[in-house]
Amino acid sequence: MMKVHVDQDRCQGHGRCYLAAPELFAADDLGNGREIGAGPVPAGLEHQAQLAVANCPEGAVAMEETS
Amino acid sequence: MGLHDRVADWAKDFDHTDEVWAADPYAIWDELRSTCPVAHSERYGGVWLPTRHEDVVAIAYDTERFSSRSVVVSKFRAPIELAPVGTAPPISSDPPFHKQARKVLLPVFSPRAIAALEPSTRAYCEELVEQLRGRDVVDAAADYAQHIPVRVIANMLGLPESDADMFRRFVHHVLEGVSLPIEERVAGMVPLFDYLQGHITAHADAPQNDLISLLLDSEVDGRKLDVFEVARTIALLLIAGIDTTWSAIGASIWHLARTPADRDRLVAEPELMPKAIEELLRAYAPVTMARLVKEDMDWNGCPMKADDWVLLPFPSANRDPAAFADADDVVLDREVNRHLAFGVGIHRCVGSHLARMELTVALQTWLAAYPDFELADADAVRWSEGQVRGPRALPLRIRA
Ligand code: HEM
Ligand code: SF4
Repeated sequence: MMKVHVDQDRCQGHGRCYLAAPELFAADDLGNGREIGAGPVPAGLEHQAQLAVANCPEGAVAMEETS
Repeated sequence: MGLHDRVADWAKDFDHTDEVWAADPYAIWDELRSTCPVAHSERYGGVWLPTRHEDVVAIAYDTERFSSRSVVVSKFRAPIELAPVGTAPPISSDPPFHKQARKVLLPVFSPRAIAALEPSTRAYCEELVEQLRGRDVVDAAADYAQHIPVRVIANMLGLPESDADMFRRFVHHVLEGVSLPIEERVAGMVPLFDYLQGHITAHADAPQNDLISLLLDSEVDGRKLDVFEVARTIALLLIAGIDTTWSAIGASIWHLARTPADRDRLVAEPELMPKAIEELLRAYAPVTMARLVKEDMDWNGCPMKADDWVLLPFPSANRDPAAFADADDVVLDREVNRHLAFGVGIHRCVGSHLARMELTVALQTWLAAYPDFELADADAVRWSEGQVRGPRALPLRIRA
């Protein structure tokens, strides 16, 4: 299964992840992005997840395969 | 402003306040990117101009060797003793101080806080288009775009909207009066600070539910901000928030006026708006920032000297073909768009969520009222000078 994760050290709160994929990411009180829960990417949302990775200006969003 | 000599050689003697640059900087940047990617000029006491995406990002990230002490290029550099705080934190601050100054502002400008301001912003945009009804020719920059950000920020701060002209005069002086002698440069800032002092003191005596009171209650370095520190934060929000957003709204409407196919598509497919907003921000990014070189060094073959300026033209990075396919085309539904309109790294625009909301609401309201419009006179369009670029005169013919 695919999972997304926001690296909090790199995130600067551009918000491109939660704008592109509100089902997968949410903003915290400072506007930084966080994956929702453990970040699982349900079937059908892979493209959205890829867009979040590709549009984060800081390269803070990663997607990886987990077992 | 006509205070400088005209530019003949953009690689060795550029001036970012030149009329040719103001009219069309893209041609200059495209040429430099392929012939001399880091240009240099002796003007303003020495200034560098990287034009590639890669170089702009590298310098924005390199807060060790490049200081934000002064971010608007002029003949005046903030003295080194002011680092790491600078004259207008957090934009003028370097690590480690920067982070705490920024933290004061982040919650107020978070997506959630900004969403709450959307209805009042929409009502105001609707009021503006209502006032323009019945006119054949409307100046979308002067009669529409310029009013939106001033009103929103004045309300957030708790300052009277009726003082908007004064705020705009101050911002214009700071951003475009960069060739003035230092005495005039400083003198031009005094009236706003005198004015703010009165409002801040009044807020200190009788706290309100607004940003000025919140700033008075904020702590940096374990102590409350004083009146002067609150005033300079307010001044920063005016400088950073008004001309920038005005420019983004104006440039977007300008694009739609000259590109009927895009205009019609946005009217027909309103769900395209979020992607279109990012694309318009990429293609017409209004803001170029600057840094000061900390110490003499060789930077990728460029002999940089301490206190040299380095311009960070985010708009040029956004047009770099190495980073974007069809970089000079506006593709409203561009999916992969890692643009730098709001900067990159620790100084990412604190107001980006607000600016996006204002731009979205402003375009939606404009298109709902005027689905069909064109440039009334292409030669009458006038662009601002300097580091914030947007139309200041934009006469449009409205077709009913
Ligand atoms: C479309 C409109 C806007 C654009 C394109 C824009 C662009 C930028 C850019 C490029 C930076 C980075 C500065 C740097 O790297 O030195 C920045 C910083 C900043 N902006 Fe904006 N801005 C906009 C609107 C606003 C608004 C509406 C506000 C608030 C009212 C605002 C407040 C700030 C602040 C406080 C900073 C400093 C952040 C820091 O240094 O940590 N901006 N902006
Ligand atoms: S897009 Fe990147 S920087 Fe922006 S909030 Fe998401 S993770 Fe953070």
